[in-house]
Amino acid sequence: MTDLEKAADPSKLRRIAIEPVSRVEGHGKVTILLDDQNRVHQVRLHIVEFRGFERFIQGRPYWEVPVMVQRLCGICPVSHHLAASKALDRVVGARRVTRTAELVRRLMHYGQILQSHALHFYHLSSPDLLLGFESEPERRNVVGVLAAYPDIARQGVMLRKFGQEAIRITAGKRVHGTGSIPGGVNKSVSASERDELARALPQVLEWARLGVRMVAELHAKNRDTYERFGTVRSSLLSLVGRDGKLDLYDGVLRARDADGAIIFDGVEPDDYHAQLRENVRSWSYMKFPFIRSRGAETGWYKVGPLARIQNCDAIGTPLAETARQELMATSPGALIHAPLLFHWARMIELLHAAEVIGGLLDDPDLQGHDLTTSGPRATSGVGIIEAPRGTLIHHYEVDSQDLVTMCNLIVSTTHNNQAMNEAIRQVAREYLDGHEPTEGLLNHIEVAIRAFDPCLSCATHALGKMPLWVEIVDARGDVLQRLTRDGERSPG
Amino acid sequence: MNDDRPRFTLDDQEVAFTPGQTILEAALAAGTYVPTLCHHPEFAPHGSCKVCTVRVNGRTQSSCTTPAHPGDVVELHSEELDDLRKSLVQLLFTEGNHFCPSCEQSGNCQLQAVGYELGVVSGHFNPLFPTRPVDASHPDVLLDLNRCILCELCVRASAQVDRKSVFALSGRGITKHLVVNAESGRLGDTDLAVEDKAMSVCPVGVILRKRRGFRVPIGERKYDRRPISEVALDEAEGERR
Ligand code: SF4
Ligand code: NI
Repeated sequence: MTDLEKAADPSKLRRIAIEPVSRVEGHGKVTILLDDQNRVHQVRLHIVEFRGFERFIQGRPYWEVPVMVQRLCGICPVSHHLAASKALDRVVGARRVTRTAELVRRLMHYGQILQSHALHFYHLSSPDLLLGFESEPERRNVVGVLAAYPDIARQGVMLRKFGQEAIRITAGKRVHGTGSIPGGVNKSVSASERDELARALPQVLEWARLGVRMVAELHAKNRDTYERFGTVRSSLLSLVGRDGKLDLYDGVLRARDADGAIIFDGVEPDDYHAQLRENVRSWSYMKFPFIRSRGAETGWYKVGPLARIQNCDAIGTPLAETARQELMATSPGALIHAPLLFHWARMIELLHAAEVIGGLLDDPDLQGHDLTTSGPRATSGVGIIEAPRGTLIHHYEVDSQDLVTMCNLIVSTTHNNQAMNEAIRQVAREYLDGHEPTEGLLNHIEVAIRAFDPCLSCATHALGKMPLWVEIVDARGDVLQRLTRDGERSPG
Repeated sequence: MNDDRPRFTLDDQEVAFTPGQTILEAALAAGTYVPTLCHHPEFAPHGSCKVCTVRVNGRTQSSCTTPAHPGDVVELHSEELDDLRKSLVQLLFTEGNHFCPSCEQSGNCQLQAVGYELGVVSGHFNPLFPTRPVDASHPDVLLDLNRCILCELCVRASAQVDRKSVFALSGRGITKHLVVNAESGRLGDTDLAVEDKAMSVCPVGVILRKRRGFRVPIGERKYDRRPISEVALDEAEGERR
């Protein structure tokens, strides 16, 4: 139990709820308990519902899983699509997919990183960072940014579009695509599709560089706030490439402690469970993972951009590596734990994704025809990917009749559960404690949560007990309408 | 084609037919698409899905089972008939578990294609969400009964072409469902083989070759490029040649 997690006598306290937390993906709630002097006694970020997607997938044929898991979350479908495919590669005996399949999947994944990071920074977080945490709430949104910084807002939109195009080309559609299948992919990239992306790339790289510079300047202007705001020391976890470099698609697990010392390294995806465990608390449906050797109390960690760029030895693309060095130089010899520096790290990754995509487009094997591979069947498989928000683990067991018998998912946001809770407690201590809470002060809490870019939709495993909705889809597979059980309509 | 053949009126068009042809066959031959789910050119008409319902001289009939008569006045499209067809398709969507985005038959599915053709944009009725487990006991074939629309095409194909009678319908009304002719009730205990005709007639995604799902990319599936109204006419023409 950590400080501010549980108040000694909650019944005497005033309760403030921030619900839903705005400008984050999905639905979550923060509760704060205050006494008469506005002293903070308890702060929690909760996930208020849980919908058990794992059970839904049991009994389904394994080849359906990479497509079906996209329904887990409308925000991160591509990450689930790829993590499931990687897990099921093992089941169909594809220890390595073909070179073409790997290139196509990487293009899809880095397209997803690019579009997701662009959406998060320009759309969700720039209102706080450019306009101010306590700026007028009516204008503290993307419309406000569009009015005050039209060029920046437009660049965000265009970056996102480019990433979505990479997804459409590789998956067949921007959402609910089918490109990746167990053992490989179902299409490669044609020369004309490649050219379409290649033409846009120089401009994308330029905007990505401007984006990194902008965050660096925001930091330089307000260094003290950026480095203190919600800062809590913790371990870090991510995949790193087998060469130790940043790799968001594939690799081995590495964890460092708060001082940067390696806790474990080179852990194969199959062995994740030997290193990571999950805990539950009565007050949230979101689990609390921890590093097993450290124990539940102190073994929590951060995942996501800030963890990744410090966990790797280097970034393999020149512009992003230079940018990484600049960020690391702000904290010589010590790891950075400040949530607001997630934004800088995220923009470095966005730049890296653009560079990686450039390299993929230059590779003639992207047009290859050797799409799938298989080998001796296995009864289980683990797939791990670095999704935009952090490490994403999919684990399946499949029986001899080809049906899934077990599914375990640890989504990115869940890894950051404790870290987000600690960050908002830190912010509450520093900014709220002893003050009459105002909208601006409460937004500080949300700013800290947003820095982690949580997808609470994923964390909720937002699908529901089978089956929750009917979707009407046209022949091209576009969702025309979705009808949920309670008759509520939602856009496709 | 000689023009002395008898004719009937289909909406505002004169359609020549060969005696013995049903209204549906004559319409298709004349280049007019009639939506249907249980019709297959290689099998005797069945008349169960009712999606091909027309008005013949004012009376409601299934066009797939009604022979064409000279001078008949046949109404195919009217607000009432179009609405009826739409409702029938919506009901089929709600009676089973049809989740197009994660169904491997998406893009090749006749129910989905007809739904799109008819402009079905919502389930309209409260879905029943029946619980129907899949039967994966056959080494090469998956049976996903969540999607069965009871058209009996597999029943007909297995009995008439394959001479195996692997499939049958059992029960009545709302409890009617597809069964497998094996004492265990499991597909793995039948002699169904992947080459059988019954493997290739299902208009939805019930009888599936295992381990093949999603191998065809979006854009190359049956109804990705052209609507079913065009695909069906081509198929009818291919059948006549
Ligand atoms: S399994 Fe397919 S072909 Fe057979 S009755 Fe059901 S829908 Fe028709
Ligand atoms: Ni998500």
